[in-house]
Amino acid sequence: MHGSEEVTVRDLLSRIFGADQENLIDEWVRWHPAEPSARLGEAGLRREAAELLGALREALGTGLPLSQVTERDEAVRSALRGLSERRARAGATPSATAMAIAALKRAMLAALERHTDDPAVRYQASLQVNQLLDAAGVFTFSVYVEGREEIIRRQHQQMLELSTPVVRLWRHVLAVPLIGTLDSARTQIVMSSLLEAIQAHEARVAIIDITGVSTVDTAVAQHLLQTVSAVRLMGAECLISGVRPSIAQTITQLGIDLSHIVTRSSLADALATAMELLGDRTGAVTG
Amino acid sequence: MLPDELTDPERDIPGREHPVRAEEDLLAARHAVRATAVAAGFSIIDQTKIVTAASELVRNAYIHGGGGTMTIAVVRDGRGRVGLGLSVRDEGPGIADVEQAMADGFSTGAGLGHGLGGTKRLVDEFTIDTTPGRGTTVAIVRWKP
Amino acid sequence: MSAGLPILRLGDILISGLLSDLDDTTALRFTDELTTRIADEGIRGVILDISQLEIIDSFVARVLMQLAATGRLLGARMVVAGMRPAVAITLSELGLRLTGVQTALNAEQAMELLGWRRPEEAPHAS
Repeated sequence: MHGSEEVTVRDLLSRIFGADQENLIDEWVRWHPAEPSARLGEAGLRREAAELLGALREALGTGLPLSQVTERDEAVRSALRGLSERRARAGATPSATAMAIAALKRAMLAALERHTDDPAVRYQASLQVNQLLDAAGVFTFSVYVEGREEIIRRQHQQMLELSTPVVRLWRHVLAVPLIGTLDSARTQIVMSSLLEAIQAHEARVAIIDITGVSTVDTAVAQHLLQTVSAVRLMGAECLISGVRPSIAQTITQLGIDLSHIVTRSSLADALATAMELLGDRTGAVTG
Repeated sequence: MLPDELTDPERDIPGREHPVRAEEDLLAARHAVRATAVAAGFSIIDQTKIVTAASELVRNAYIHGGGGTMTIAVVRDGRGRVGLGLSVRDEGPGIADVEQAMADGFSTGAGLGHGLGGTKRLVDEFTIDTTPGRGTTVAIVRWKP
Repeated sequence: MSAGLPILRLGDILISGLLSDLDDTTALRFTDELTTRIADEGIRGVILDISQLEIIDSFVARVLMQLAATGRLLGARMVVAGMRPAVAITLSELGLRLTGVQTALNAEQAMELLGWRRPEEAPHAS
């Protein structure tokens, strides 16, 4: 496209984004995919539209080549990002986000027809609109995906936290039943929940119950050791309960050294041991 | 794989440099790393790990390397992950036996120790580039989960 | 730039703490003062509050271990109290054992560890 043609197209688009903004927004709202728009509300949609169109108008004024607007203009990117994140949060499908952009494209092409009869200009302008909004659609899609990944990650985190409850078994004695696997992520959660609970309850003994842990391999043993270590550094004693005969055998066969940790086969036994430990520590001091 | 210089790919600005030449610089370096980690949105636990790793590296540069420079930057990878990248460079005697240095009495606190093995455990990516007589550069990255 | 809080005495127990900016000079000065008092005043227990320490790297760990070892040689037991969870987690991941250093959740538990008896509760006042 020649320089002068691009200028004409830019002017045309500028005018559409500026003077014709209200009509554009009306049409966008009309063609916007039904499901997310119901959740976002018409007022929200109109606000979004105004933000994006305003940013596009500004970008056109900066002299940035149209092909680079989506990539380089911060305000446009920010508006697109908002658009995408809002839909991700509302639980919309990924294609709904792309379709929202497609609805905008439709509205813009309709506006073009209103503003010029010149076929050459129309042709060039619609090429530019296509290029601009296709890039925008791709961008919103990738933002959407990242947004969903973030939500999934956070939900996973919350689930991990919920599934590692720390229980106050007795005065100054806490227990945490582990269920399932003990991978790195779970270990971090267990450690932070347990240590904070120790602080909050001024616990002196923590019991980690592994009855529900499916397999104990070297990695799991390593994570257990790390947890015990952290508990001790905070000044509490740490016991492991729920060690079944099969687990005990596996641990021995793997050559893992747990000799410096007190282990018991049942939680009840561990609690009894904990109370013995407490008796030793407090001695003549009450309270 | 770490770049030679830490840059923030989205903004194309080089990482900020901090001198590590005097005792006070160690403190300033820790604060700078903490501030960057907070700004990047790391959890308290991750912040602590990053600052501890940084503390080891800058102390090494100061004690063993005759002083050096620390560079910090917020980094991004191709998948959009955000992380904190740090490199500490000195022009000291270099490390003759890297494997030894990574393994030496760190956990028992015996000897002077480089604390490198421990540092490696606290981060996601760790590279060390050292030549006896020409200095050492250690670069680390920790990604936000 | 003082890294050590003032050293207080409670019977034959010394109580002090560490702040975050611990450098070589301050560590040395603190160790000197502490060990001198242990010897001079017949101290048998030392409580070091580390609840303000945001970081324990190998340097700080060494200082703590050396303090404990020196104190023990002089007949005093040292208890380090109030380690922050984030620090405890980091140390355990580092694989750093604070060998010879006993830990307690807080100063009160540290006192109990050292056998401190509240005068009104104890059968014989000490």
